[in-house]
Amino acid sequence: MINELTTLETKFSVEELRRDFPILLRFVHGKPLVYLDNAATTQKPVEVLNAISTYYREHNANIHRGVHYLSEISTFEYEKARGKVKNFLNANEQKEIIFTRGTTEGINLIAHGYGRKFIGAGDEILISAMEHHSNIVPWQMLCEEKGAKLRVIPMNDNGELMLEEFEKLLSPKTKFVSIVYISNSLGTINPVKHIIERAHALNIPVLVDGAQTVSHRKVDMKELDCDFFVFSGHKLFGPTGIGALYGKAEFLEKMNPYQGGGDMIASVTFEKTTYNALPFRFEAGTPNISGAVGLGAAIDYVSKLDFQSIQEYEHELLEHGTQILQAIPGLRIIGTAKEKAGVLSFVMDNIHPHDIGTILDKEGIAIRTGHHCTQPVMQRFQIPATARASFSFYNTKQDLELLGQAVYKVKEIFKA
Amino acid sequence: MSEINELYQELILEHNRSPRNYKKIDKPSHFADGYNPLCGDHYTVYLKVSNNVIEDIGFEGSGCAISKSSASMMTTSVKGRSVQEAQKLFEKFHSLIMTKIGDEIPEDKIEELGSLGALIGVREFPARIKCASLAWHALNAALNNQNNAISIE
Repeated sequence: MINELTTLETKFSVEELRRDFPILLRFVHGKPLVYLDNAATTQKPVEVLNAISTYYREHNANIHRGVHYLSEISTFEYEKARGKVKNFLNANEQKEIIFTRGTTEGINLIAHGYGRKFIGAGDEILISAMEHHSNIVPWQMLCEEKGAKLRVIPMNDNGELMLEEFEKLLSPKTKFVSIVYISNSLGTINPVKHIIERAHALNIPVLVDGAQTVSHRKVDMKELDCDFFVFSGHKLFGPTGIGALYGKAEFLEKMNPYQGGGDMIASVTFEKTTYNALPFRFEAGTPNISGAVGLGAAIDYVSKLDFQSIQEYEHELLEHGTQILQAIPGLRIIGTAKEKAGVLSFVMDNIHPHDIGTILDKEGIAIRTGHHCTQPVMQRFQIPATARASFSFYNTKQDLELLGQAVYKVKEIFKA
Repeated sequence: MSEINELYQELILEHNRSPRNYKKIDKPSHFADGYNPLCGDHYTVYLKVSNNVIEDIGFEGSGCAISKSSASMMTTSVKGRSVQEAQKLFEKFHSLIMTKIGDEIPEDKIEELGSLGALIGVREFPARIKCASLAWHALNAALNNQNNAISIE
């Protein structure tokens, strides 16, 4: 065991990687920051910060418009970032990558562009019981408009999807499946490949919400074979306000445009507008160019890392954190799936998660408390909220030990 | 006293453990929900007002120690008072917890609030001020006959 750990640590030097993230050196309330809110957003390596700064200092201009030098450079940088996303996801073609504001906009774009065109009265859309609000509300809005029905794959007490129920829910009425890969509030890793295969057997397109996945494990569009995949840049060590949507070209080609405006058109007269080719048809207006450049830099950064080692290391953190928290009397971990990513959601007897969060904050420990934009998950477990620690590869076992100590402090203050 | 210990004073923890007037009132003359959608805290405040006097008050719901103890202390502070006195008290309480960090607060101002003064520590925690005022907003809505959910963000 010791030998195994040593090999892992030589492959993967956390201390060295931490130096890439300037914010991890700061103090909060006089204590060194312990950042355990990575499911909400990840920190940014210096490469990303520099890329954004360089873009604004040296290249800034609007894209796809000017013939001048800076515009050409900006266009080149923006499209280069698209190429990086394509390679990162192992998509077939660059035109299958649409830049968005993030996961939420990606899902809305599909609900609008695909859903409004191809889903009608009596049709059913299938999601799961552990979706983020962003993968519930756009479909609800669509269902309301079209008279379609939202169906939900239930989960068991461990927070695992009940696949036998999924089979029962699949029917000729099912016209779309939209499913989260890794749950932000429970950490469950869903068997998305299996779900995609089963849906495809009935010719049902599948969208995978990869917001919590891309920073933790390698994703491969050719291998997954999903029809749509969405993620946010800021959860992949990139800036906020940028994300990407992957869609198989055959689907994107037949979808309605999302927003109208500049850049998404081929020609405009007052009588008729013809739309631009992919991917520009879905990118109306001046996009978040610096965001795309920053996301490209983040992808370069993670591409240097070995995802297999990240996965193993984060799993070690999860096991260590689970042991620490499980040993605390009166604490209950919510989300105990066999296949689980680095998320530890928990509740404590007679102590509300917000109070836990406030006390931990004073110890310099950042966690999220609340419903994590997954109110139906809270209802399923009959709790109002949880406290959630979520890790990244730059977290250490010591971070989790400090978390454990701070939780004891919470108990001390509450005399629980 | 550290800020954390000032926030979670014994009186607050005690009201959190055994909240006063934690009950639904049958046939209330006024009631309203207070809801914080960001964190999910949710309380219903029930009142029995006659001749302009709050004869009975109760609350139900769930939330953090700050919101629950604040609701509990609110009920004990306004019971038996006139509607105007209750509203005046809310104003005083609100201005106390909204006082900027570092600004001196005269002792007598805290004292006239009675047990509510225990919540003064909340002003050091801007993210938690809404917790302390949630039930009060519901009370205000109830007294103004807005028998709907009010939501604060």
